[in-house]
Amino acid sequence: MAPLLQSSQPWVEKYRPKQVKDVAHQDEVVRVLTNTLETTNCPHMLFYGPPGTGKTTTALAIAHQLFGPELYKSRVLELNASDDRGINVVRTKIKDFAAVAVGSSHRQGGYPCPPYKIIILDEADSMTEDAQNALRRTMETYSKVTRFFFICNYISRIIEPLASRCAKFRFKPLSEDIMSSRILHISKEEGLNLDVEALSALSSISQGDLRRAITYLQSAARLFGSSISSKDLISVSGVIPQEVVEKLLIACKSGNFDLANKEVNNIVAEGYPVSQMLSQILEVIVEADDISDEQKARICKKLAEADKCLIDGADEYLQLLDVASNMMRALCNMPQEFPYES
Amino acid sequence: MALLVDKHRPRTLDNLSYHSDLSARLRALAQSGDFPHLLVYGPSGAGKKTRIVATLRELYGPGVEKIKIDSRVFQTTSNRKLEFNIVASVYHLEITPSDVGNYDRVVVQDLLKEVAQTQQVDLGAKQRFKVVVINEADHLTRDAQAALRRTMEKYSPNLRLILLANSTSNIIAPIRSRTLLVRVAAPSEDEICQVLKRVGEKEHFRDVEALNQKIAKDSGRNLRRALLMYEAVHAQNEVVTEKSLVPPPDWEALIAQIADEIIEEHTPARILQVRAKLYDLLTHCIPATTILKTLTWKLIPKIDDELKPDIIRWSAFYEHRIRLGTKVIFHLEAFVAKFMRVLESYLNGIELDFD
Ligand SMILES: Nc1ncnc2c1ncn2[C@@H]1O[C@H](COP(=O)(O)OP(=O)(O)OP(=O)(O)O)[C@@H](O)[C@H]1O
Ligand SMILES: [Mg+2]
Repeated sequence: MAPLLQSSQPWVEKYRPKQVKDVAHQDEVVRVLTNTLETTNCPHMLFYGPPGTGKTTTALAIAHQLFGPELYKSRVLELNASDDRGINVVRTKIKDFAAVAVGSSHRQGGYPCPPYKIIILDEADSMTEDAQNALRRTMETYSKVTRFFFICNYISRIIEPLASRCAKFRFKPLSEDIMSSRILHISKEEGLNLDVEALSALSSISQGDLRRAITYLQSAARLFGSSISSKDLISVSGVIPQEVVEKLLIACKSGNFDLANKEVNNIVAEGYPVSQMLSQILEVIVEADDISDEQKARICKKLAEADKCLIDGADEYLQLLDVASNMMRALCNMPQEFPYES
Repeated sequence: MALLVDKHRPRTLDNLSYHSDLSARLRALAQSGDFPHLLVYGPSGAGKKTRIVATLRELYGPGVEKIKIDSRVFQTTSNRKLEFNIVASVYHLEITPSDVGNYDRVVVQDLLKEVAQTQQVDLGAKQRFKVVVINEADHLTRDAQAALRRTMEKYSPNLRLILLANSTSNIIAPIRSRTLLVRVAAPSEDEICQVLKRVGEKEHFRDVEALNQKIAKDSGRNLRRALLMYEAVHAQNEVVTEKSLVPPPDWEALIAQIADEIIEEHTPARILQVRAKLYDLLTHCIPATTILKTLTWKLIPKIDDELKPDIIRWSAFYEHRIRLGTKVIFHLEAFVAKFMRVLESYLNGIELDFD
């Protein structure tokens, strides 16, 4: 027997808007698509923007609202990065689906059912350039009977010939207000108690990504019960406690390498992710009043370099220690490197 | 004979010795019927895996411990065949996709879909979903990570992922926002001492508190390493005392020797001598990063404070190069040469000052 089916649904799915009009904060695309529901006119679409802003939600919602549950399977093809979308699939599966003719438009069961199919290519930024190129022809040839929806985080990864054929919509990070009101809504439905401080902490740590906010909220509810404080939220979010960052800065200001090294050692042993540490150092440094512009510049330059190295898979300890010792020299106005010619 | 590390590995959440609040949370999650995808991260030797195996047991009962190893073949789009090992019980699977390098996407794509689309075989299973544990998730290629995104949303009724990583730095944001982040800090030196003591009691070893403390310190808060050292010391001495030496592994001793040599003399001839030793280490499968880091730690205490940041800078620089390049020996040697040069000009600079 499989117990507890209902409650095991993640809240991000449970509270995924089913209708375009319920998508928050993305007014432009909502307006255009609401119009589509009336006129059934729809161009090829390109949705882009950061994670958790409603791109997939919007595409799925419009597809469902246009065709209803009966026709959905035959009219909508949804492919994402977990599907094979290499050049061969573009030439076979996608092309075949695109080529099928559909009957003329008439409403069915209250759904508009326009005379075309929709192909949703989610996470399209992970498609190779070759595969994208192979799509060009298909898009053109079958544009009467097929509409394409491209979804991605980085529009620069979509080749120009595809992008230029689409109506483009940028999904903005959600504002703190909107974020708060969605979270309050969910908290109410789930019977959670969230004080003002917790609410604003959650909005600010999720940085405009509503999925992140909802995931944190559910995690905190599972772990700490129905009364949730800002501390609980910070602990599930992977944000490093501010005092850890401060301690490192103090050690650097002391000008003592061994002290700084000890802090770095501790940070790594505690398992704090170095990339997260770098962004929190950046925040503190940029806002500090007692650090000169030149010092800030020196530190930030190093932060950027280290961030890149981490993405390449460089060792976290060495990178953080390099940042720390560089910061130490900057804060104590020591020369950048020992004066030897290179 | 099993190593102590394996022999006394705790099997249930109750028996885990440190981070008891974390254990309690994992238990609450496992019992809630509402188990999320997890991203478990922390330094190596902190006990992530042990903790997760115990959590699986809490989820499904002792049946998860009956594991077998399946060898599977996957086919890439270019029709290359990939052999791949899967550790599995009826309830869960464990994979290490980084074993197949750049082809990890294929494995992740095919395997997870297959799991997601099949129901639990055991109808009496306590959970409807199967768990897939992904080791070394921070080594997954971007493509493989992208392939996880929608899968994690779409198949959530039948599938839960537990990603294990040393850090979240290399995990893309869309995955982080789909998981519950669980940080497992390395145990403190005191906590390590307690584990050593407990293991010692079971093995009827002589208990020498001061020795345990020394081991805990030398282990760099790595419990696995501490247990190995502890076992070695007790195996090598009839009667251990506070003064029993915990000998470093051979490779570490060799690196210490390299450090002394390059501090002592800064010449091309010396670089050549050191080269042989570096090759020796590499042929014994010591990872280049470990060599470089260990060498750095051996050098740092031997040089002036003023120079330390420069040495760290170059160490970080060449370690990065090791990741990008293919011939690791080049970068190790470049570091050695750079070190000599920096030290030499520093020493000359000081002499000049006295002129
Ligand atoms: N604009 C929004 N209005 C209402 N809910 C939203 C909005 N954006 C995100 N959400 C919530 O966040 C979840 C994730 O959104 P969605 O899957 O649409 O993100 P996405 O933009 O496709 O992200 P990614 O780039 O990571 O794929 C949804 O299930 C929903 O609960
Ligand atoms: Mg999406």
